Amino acid sequence: MTVSAPPQAGTATAVPRPPRARVGRATVLFVSLGVALVVASLAAAGSGQLQIPLAQVAGSFFHHFGLDWGPMPTHPRGDATLWSVRFPRVAMAIVVGAALAVAGALMQGIFGNPLAEPSVVGVSSGAAVAAACAIVFSLTFAGDWTLAVCAFVGGLVTTLTVYVLARADGRTEVVTLVLTGIAVNAVAGALLALLMFLGDTQAREQIVFWQLGSLNGSRWQYVGVVAPLAAVGIVISLLCARNLDLLALGERPARHLGVNVERFRVMLIVVVALLTAAAVSFCGIVAFVGLVVPHLIRMVTGPGHRVLLPASMLAGALVLVVADLGARTLVEYADLPIGMLTSLVGGPFFFWLLRRTRRTAGGWA
Amino acid sequence: MTSPALVGRGITVRYGSNPVLDGVDIDVRHGEVVALAGPNGAGKSTLLAVLAGDLDPTAGKVEVLRRPLADWRLRDLARERAVLTQEHRISFPFPVAEVVRMGRSPWRGRPEEDQDDAIVAESMAATDTTALADRSFGILSGGEKGRTSFARILAQRTGVLMLDEPTAALDIGHQETVLQRARREADAGAAVVVVLHDLSLAAAWSDRLVLLERGRVAGEGAPADVLTGPLLSSVYDYPIEVVPHPATGDLLVLADRRATRENTRDHIREEDA
Repeated sequence: MTVSAPPQAGTATAVPRPPRARVGRATVLFVSLGVALVVASLAAAGSGQLQIPLAQVAGSFFHHFGLDWGPMPTHPRGDATLWSVRFPRVAMAIVVGAALAVAGALMQGIFGNPLAEPSVVGVSSGAAVAAACAIVFSLTFAGDWTLAVCAFVGGLVTTLTVYVLARADGRTEVVTLVLTGIAVNAVAGALLALLMFLGDTQAREQIVFWQLGSLNGSRWQYVGVVAPLAAVGIVISLLCARNLDLLALGERPARHLGVNVERFRVMLIVVVALLTAAAVSFCGIVAFVGLVVPHLIRMVTGPGHRVLLPASMLAGALVLVVADLGARTLVEYADLPIGMLTSLVGGPFFFWLLRRTRRTAGGWA
Repeated sequence: MTSPALVGRGITVRYGSNPVLDGVDIDVRHGEVVALAGPNGAGKSTLLAVLAGDLDPTAGKVEVLRRPLADWRLRDLARERAVLTQEHRISFPFPVAEVVRMGRSPWRGRPEEDQDDAIVAESMAATDTTALADRSFGILSGGEKGRTSFARILAQRTGVLMLDEPTAALDIGHQETVLQRARREADAGAAVVVVLHDLSLAAAWSDRLVLLERGRVAGEGAPADVLTGPLLSSVYDYPIEVVPHPATGDLLVLADRRATRENTRDHIREEDA
């Protein structure tokens, strides 16, 4: 039964639609992120010891799909290099960056806290521990997917643990969240140390690579594992965008508006674990992308998840493509760990955000 | 007489062995405003939480539109019933207009969705929040937050309204407009249950008043019947007078401070001596 008084004509004109400036801003943001991502991807694919001009990179890409557009690479090994090394690596950067940024935005929505992020609260480390187990004990029960499956289980267990430990009365306070993250990261660090102790030299090297995070050695085969996981996670997140907005009101109001809060939260936690596992399983821990990216997007378009999630996806991909380009080219003949780079930038940013949150909340609320 | 829109029977809530609610019965019919009143800790908000389905009672049952609460799909229920909680907070800086628009979410994908803009605008105009549209909800004052939340509840366009202290932190003018609007919804057929601390407000705007005392119903009926000096003085454990306003005849519920003042004076005299 609806009791609706017909709105008076006079008031209806002062309609507070989502401000038009904001809608316009979102469109501009999407277009510029899309363009930037394409340009950055082409540039990243063309850069390295063998330099290939942008036009030829694009040409090689189109020719592969039977489109006779643009010039082919002039260097004899150009085309092969692009398709066996560069493109899979750029593709991996796009997928991992998108997954991490969306996972971050999602986690912030679930915890109702802008500081929640897979690496901060230890979900990435949890996933890494499980994946390291697979390496040390040479598990191969699921073929190429073994690492991803283990990372997913590890990530899921950690997310659930953090969720249970860090929440009180339906919300998570900053202090509790950060301290829980410290505890979880400490335990995960200890387990990783134990696994390194148990493993042989090769396993040790692989685990170190994990902790540092790197896109080195990305292959199509791995992209084939990570991409579907990330795609599923991102699609589910996008479908949940409206309800995530309602969750910002708190548990009771969200329920009064028709959201089955308990079920919704558990589902989202599984999605966060899935996205984190997708990112971590072949590239290790790339920290802070999920913290920095959604925060910057929120500053531009506001907190509505219908814009925040897809924009974070694009921006996350862009950030990782650029960061990986930096990791490969900043120091000649060296492939820096990308996780190191993101932490170098993300760590101070996290601290700034922490101070700001403290100030606006009037204490460590 | 229409069938009650909201029925609670034998509602009992215990934390450990002490009962917060002890066998409370309540009916709210279409077209009436029922006020819940009582001292702090009498169980008003707990009763509202049980009626809203936020809290499972130790015993008793709740029916909304003759269907037990547990049988409702939350989304369907959200189109029939709106709840205003006491706390108004938000985790991210959503602007006021978007917060009010969230009230329309249960109607997503239905024909009523077409009226979203008009309904949001009307709800904001009714609560005097139109000017706040672009402000971030998080930085509003307590009263502005309360009005914005009330606008969100109105935007839900439901036939059952449950309001937990909608006038808290509001100035006297906005208190009146909020309750006037609740009254108007009831006159248009809605069933409204509202927790109120201010008994004069309850007397002015409700059809029926349920007075709770330590988890039990101490009095129920028309405000003029329930709001009597002796009953209130006993329930609130403080001398209380009820007098009609000389011009309007509205009931005024006032604390009788004579005894306390005497005591205070005695104290001062003793100390001086």
